[in-house]
Amino acid sequence: MTELGIEKLHEMLKKGEVTSADLIKEALEKSHKVQDKCNAFVTIMDDAKELPVTDEMLSGIPYGIKDNYSTKDILSTGSSNTLKDYVPFFDATAVANLKRRGAVAVNKTALDEFGMGGTGTTAHTGVIRNPWNTKRMCAGSSSGSAAAVAAGVYPYALGSDTGDSIRKPAAFCGIVGYKPTYGMISRYGLFPFASSLDTCGVLTRSVKDAAIVVDAMKGIDKYDQTSWDSSDIHLYDSIDGNVKGKKLFYIKEITDISNYPDASNELKRHLEIFYETLDKLRNIGCEVTEVSIDKTLLRAIPSVYVCLSCAEATSNMSNLTGIIFGPRGKGDNVLDMMKDHRTKGFSPLIKRRFVIGSYILQKENQERYFVNAQRVRRLIVDKMKELFKTYDALILPVSTGVAPYIDGSKDELSSDDTAILEEHLQIGNFGGFPSITIPNGFIDNLPVGINITGDCKTDANVLNIAYALESEMNYKDMIAGCPNE
Amino acid sequence: MNKYKAVIGLEMHCELKSNSKVFSSARNSYNEIANDNVRPVDMAFPGTLPVVNKECVRKALLMSMVLGCKQPEYMYFDRKNYYYPDLPKGYQITQMHDPVGVDGEIIIECDGYEKTVQIHDIHLEEDAASLDHLYDVSLIDYNRAGVPLLELVTEPCLNSAEEAVAFLETMRRIYQYCDVSEADTKKGQIRCDVNVSIMDPDATELGTKVEIKNINSFGNVYDAIVYEIKRQSELKDAGRYDEVVQETRRFDEETGTTIHMRSKVDAIDYKYFVEPNIPKYKIDKSWLMEIRESIPMLPRERKAMYINDFGLSEYDAGIIIKEKDYADYFEECVRLGMDAKTAANWLTVQIIAYLGKHDITLSDFYLKPNLLKQLIDEQVKGTISSKQAKEIFFKALSDEKEPKTYISKDTAQITDKAEIETIIDTILENNQSQIEQYKNGKTNLFDYFVGQVMKETRGKANPVITKEILKDKLDN
Repeated sequence: MTELGIEKLHEMLKKGEVTSADLIKEALEKSHKVQDKCNAFVTIMDDAKELPVTDEMLSGIPYGIKDNYSTKDILSTGSSNTLKDYVPFFDATAVANLKRRGAVAVNKTALDEFGMGGTGTTAHTGVIRNPWNTKRMCAGSSSGSAAAVAAGVYPYALGSDTGDSIRKPAAFCGIVGYKPTYGMISRYGLFPFASSLDTCGVLTRSVKDAAIVVDAMKGIDKYDQTSWDSSDIHLYDSIDGNVKGKKLFYIKEITDISNYPDASNELKRHLEIFYETLDKLRNIGCEVTEVSIDKTLLRAIPSVYVCLSCAEATSNMSNLTGIIFGPRGKGDNVLDMMKDHRTKGFSPLIKRRFVIGSYILQKENQERYFVNAQRVRRLIVDKMKELFKTYDALILPVSTGVAPYIDGSKDELSSDDTAILEEHLQIGNFGGFPSITIPNGFIDNLPVGINITGDCKTDANVLNIAYALESEMNYKDMIAGCPNE
Repeated sequence: MNKYKAVIGLEMHCELKSNSKVFSSARNSYNEIANDNVRPVDMAFPGTLPVVNKECVRKALLMSMVLGCKQPEYMYFDRKNYYYPDLPKGYQITQMHDPVGVDGEIIIECDGYEKTVQIHDIHLEEDAASLDHLYDVSLIDYNRAGVPLLELVTEPCLNSAEEAVAFLETMRRIYQYCDVSEADTKKGQIRCDVNVSIMDPDATELGTKVEIKNINSFGNVYDAIVYEIKRQSELKDAGRYDEVVQETRRFDEETGTTIHMRSKVDAIDYKYFVEPNIPKYKIDKSWLMEIRESIPMLPRERKAMYINDFGLSEYDAGIIIKEKDYADYFEECVRLGMDAKTAANWLTVQIIAYLGKHDITLSDFYLKPNLLKQLIDEQVKGTISSKQAKEIFFKALSDEKEPKTYISKDTAQITDKAEIETIIDTILENNQSQIEQYKNGKTNLFDYFVGQVMKETRGKANPVITKEILKDKLDN
């Protein structure tokens, strides 16, 4: 049953065709199977209890929580050794909102350590594998959530997105990944990576499910000053599938095959699928336009991201000293104890990011790197904002194709021509834009995805376009290993 | 020693008064129980976020205005990054780029002359936890973590320890008058960093600056500056001025000296950057106006008013404005219609001495202005003598009873001439032989008659009037 969507499950629960307890039992059983296959979880809550079914769509339905959300009385590690035994005494606001509506958490999903990776290979519990093909990665950092949702453990799992951490794993796992407008969901209780980019969101198997879940997670929060009042936004209710006259644009410098003289067959096919998808949008009355943007600006995206995210991360994770929480380090004095805790606790990838972040923030380098990165971020956002005056949304292919093999993967910047194609989702975080990935095809039996991004607070519009497009394709509610086609 | 000119700059940290902490909903109050005023954010539990306390921003802006500073258009904060066990987040939220106030000035009084002190900036930030180092362990109390602090930075424009302390005293008073802080050094609410350099009086370039960090009393500020000027001057005299290096030192209370902590090359790079969790917001103009209108009358203005409008001496006025409590008490007395000079006299002589002797503040002082009025009014009327007034003052305080209970008919002076005359007539009638003797030249018997009157009235007859009538009757 748990492979069904939220609307259907809610209906069945209401009618008594299935009970919350049944669903939870099934989700837990599947969790263990997926754990064996994909290593997707940090914790499986075998003692999860059913909750009463109410008019709340999510009541009684099981779901998963990325392990960088603070969950009361449940181990919350951020997939890091620095917090390997950390049991918080408070719930993240988003989790509390779901709990209040009767949603039942059944596991905590593994991620790239503190969300700082895009491969799913840096969790302290080991590599997370793609349920479509376990030799392949899920991408990251919401790797466990993506794997579990794709495997049909439950209809949805929480993710977080700093660069593309929801939207890229969604593409590689053939599901929907939705990052709402910055501040729509409170970040209180989300372990920070880069505060100005971090966004809570969700991974589901359909656009409507994503709308239902974010409706339940969102809301202004007195504990997060960057959150805003969205009580007049009803995502699920505003989805009607009517997108006639909607204007979308794509960026020539990213999608045109001529940008990639050495393109692999996979990349060629990926871009072909993209253009085929655009036609589907045109068929339902959308205007889709090619727009040209200065390649210099686009090329700067990955380095701007590295500068800003590493700088903020260095500072954000300075609370991880092993003094107040986390394993106490050894040493003759307190600074040595901190050093020991951090040396042993963090993976080499994270340490590298800290070094970069520290370097960028150093007095003598700040202007050159950090401040310039902020300026370029502003330029990119301004450019997008300008385009959003004309267009409802930006549409682009996600990544260069399907999920790569785990062996031989390196989590580092790709410096070749495809870097922009690989990293452009970061634009969504620069501007705090609502952005959603949905599956739009297959290459060699592996899913690929397409992304739609709109201006801030136009989430309903973005979701509606995604829904209309999803309805034109046959990739909704897919379970890994059993493509709908 | 005075052949060099000392140049001193101050950084004054003062804890703000507020219900909750500056970025946390935990209580901001003195608490004997360690780690009691604590919310998750104060211990930097993962995922917690700062939320700005508007009241703290208001108070910071108010101080910015009092100091004649420029207020920023936008409010935002910066992170100051460094590792220390008293700093849970690994960074302090402060203001570096755009503080609540820049470019201000304030007039201070020092040894009878006035001086304008230039203010570089004033900014709002959070305090760190407090550490207690025991023999083999250190304890951390997070009650102080996140307590609002105002840091005020002067230009290097002070030239002596006296001026530095006068500035600090002036500021402490202003903080109290504006109800921004208790500004109590005993509670550790004020801490200072001091920058000291010396130069030849005719030199144009400043000497090498030495910083002395974290001094917690004005007395120590004074001693540290005096010591540091002496140390640097002696080195300069000895031709070893190159040994004065840019460094951070600390003041050692026991020896009264300053001790090297770290040199400039070890200076920490705080990697300041804008706090991303607190959105930058525009400061509302009407709110600024509201704040400006709420600035109370400050000590300097009050002193001028006491001298010019109430006729107090410079000396008395100076004493009364020393503490906001005193000034408020005094003004309440005047408001209740008491004679200003008499009230000032009571306050500066009896009351302050009483407070000192019993180590209490005016808030714990029983005789509030309305009660003092009972005493002063009778004294001014002449119903009671000043001696009696004093007696009643202490009685009222020790019994915690209103003064008027001691100024009943029974205790009040008899000032009614007719009444006294009647008493005197009776006494004279019963002492005919003494009158004879008096009239025959035994004039020292005059005191005998006064004594009789006092005996009859149990000392309540007004002595002046008594003497007047007696003299009249005996001599005519």
